[in-house]
Amino acid sequence: MTVTIDAASRRRRPQRHLPLQILLGFLLVYFLIPFWWVVVNSSKDAAGLFGGGNALWFAEDVDFIGNLQELFTYSGGIYTRWLLNSTLYAVVGGVGATALAVLAGYGFAKYRFAGRRFSFAVLLGAVMVPATALVIPTFIMFSRLGLTNTIWAVILPSLLNPFGVYLMHVYVRDAVPDELLDAARVDGAGELRSFLQVALPMMRPAMVTVLLLSVVATWNNYFLPLAMLSDNDLYPVTVGIGQWQGIASANNSGGTSLWSIIIMGSLVSVIPLIIAFLTLQRHWRGGLAIGSLK
Amino acid sequence: MTLQITETAPPRTEKKSRRKAGKTPLREQLIGWLFIGPFGLVFLAFLVAPLVYALYLSLFRKAMIGGTSFVLLENYTKAFTDPSFLDGAWFVIRFSLVLIPVQMLISLAMALILDIVTSRFARFSRLMIFLPYAIPAVIGALMWGFLYSKNFGPLGDVFGLFGATAPDFLSRDLIFYGLLNIVTWQWAGYYMIILYAALQGIDPTLYEAARIDGAGNWQITLRIKIPLITPALLLILVFALIGTLQFFNEPKILRDLAAGAIGPDFTPNMYAYQQAFGLANFNYGSAISFALGAVVFVCVYIFLFATRKRGSFLS
Repeated sequence: MTVTIDAASRRRRPQRHLPLQILLGFLLVYFLIPFWWVVVNSSKDAAGLFGGGNALWFAEDVDFIGNLQELFTYSGGIYTRWLLNSTLYAVVGGVGATALAVLAGYGFAKYRFAGRRFSFAVLLGAVMVPATALVIPTFIMFSRLGLTNTIWAVILPSLLNPFGVYLMHVYVRDAVPDELLDAARVDGAGELRSFLQVALPMMRPAMVTVLLLSVVATWNNYFLPLAMLSDNDLYPVTVGIGQWQGIASANNSGGTSLWSIIIMGSLVSVIPLIIAFLTLQRHWRGGLAIGSLK
Repeated sequence: MTLQITETAPPRTEKKSRRKAGKTPLREQLIGWLFIGPFGLVFLAFLVAPLVYALYLSLFRKAMIGGTSFVLLENYTKAFTDPSFLDGAWFVIRFSLVLIPVQMLISLAMALILDIVTSRFARFSRLMIFLPYAIPAVIGALMWGFLYSKNFGPLGDVFGLFGATAPDFLSRDLIFYGLLNIVTWQWAGYYMIILYAALQGIDPTLYEAARIDGAGNWQITLRIKIPLITPALLLILVFALIGTLQFFNEPKILRDLAAGAIGPDFTPNMYAYQQAFGLANFNYGSAISFALGAVVFVCVYIFLFATRKRGSFLS
């Protein structure tokens, strides 16, 4: 790889870095191949999957619609339920976590108060606590309170996003000038108004980023809902597909029809986030660098 | 958002945001706490409380006969002499030692390439390389599990072309590499974006100045670009470290596909899960969780402290 960069950059202008572009082409194939496999194989029935045909190309009959129908009707349409659960957890958890992070990040960046330095050090420490270490004790706490196996068991712990607070803090510190807030105060705006009308609009890029990161983290979470929920109807899509996969692997013969549903289910479950990322590109691209530029 | 504030920013801004006298400090303090308050409550309830509770639980043992008894550190001495826990811990450490350098090198190389090449195709690639980040770990593991599988995967066909037998990444010998590939695929794009954004933040006049001084592209990369994105490199290193030490999702999903290669105690987190939810041994499970959390925390903190001077995100 080093050689390629060197060679390409020496002959820079005329060649448009052709070797590097070719290298990128290979990388692209690597990163997209699992998606391609899923798209191709979600069109196959059990015979097409196990028949020994080409795994990376379509079979004789391409049956997306049939598999989609099967996915959404299997077991009383439970998959729709899972998608809705995932959406609920991700939206409520993500929006909640973002709101908390916006408030706290602004507070840390723009106010002096006793215990600020200490709290901020604790916050940074919390970024380093692995989230999964909290799952088992949270589960036991919730089971004492009768909260396990409810939507709150997934939503409430998802509100915690110390890294989001850190990102908002850094962004507000650098992007919202004190002078502007002072000017708003001189003009008679209260603290709340100068926050809502002056600071908040300027915080939008960081807000979109934190929102996207929180929504992705909650949508993709597996350990927490797996531990907290025992009712099929409350599962998010990750736990649901994980369960199907366990069933299909356990009985190799009877599970063959389930595999095509699992593959279609995997495909459908990744579409919402891909769309979110592609459409919100403009907003998150700059935002992701916040924590690392300083 | 310029790069110059790397070292000097915190002290300077602290002085700056100290507001002119005239407002009562107490009022300002109160408002500050009001902004932090909602997050503070969530923080206490879902981070501090579980940690304290885990510590508390880990000091007890529940026996069939005699009920719950206080055993102080017995759960910890048990964990640190328990081969299941130690093997799992050794696995994640080995895994991190291989994974993190590989992942960082790949994402750095990709970011550097995308920083130089500015074609439409490069922009498209950047987005596509990032895409796996949006995929749940469960689905990512499942997709690769399919690709590895003898039943559905293309590996047999591809290697068959060359008359070779396909490697079985779900076997006991190769599962390490199978998992390595999945995690790299999932996260390299995200790290690449962070590094790429940091590279884009570098003032291009630096390159011109270096070129006038006779520096080639290769020197610019090594002497300007990489040193200037050190904070971003440290940030992703910390992310990777925290993520890998709590490894759970991918091996848990591949367990069913890779019969025999992944046990229930494959990583410390899987072992804690099995103890708590498989065997209802919550005290021991809590001890493992807490020990794991503490080890990760201490390792990362020491690491950040050691590298603080070079502009880590703690500075």
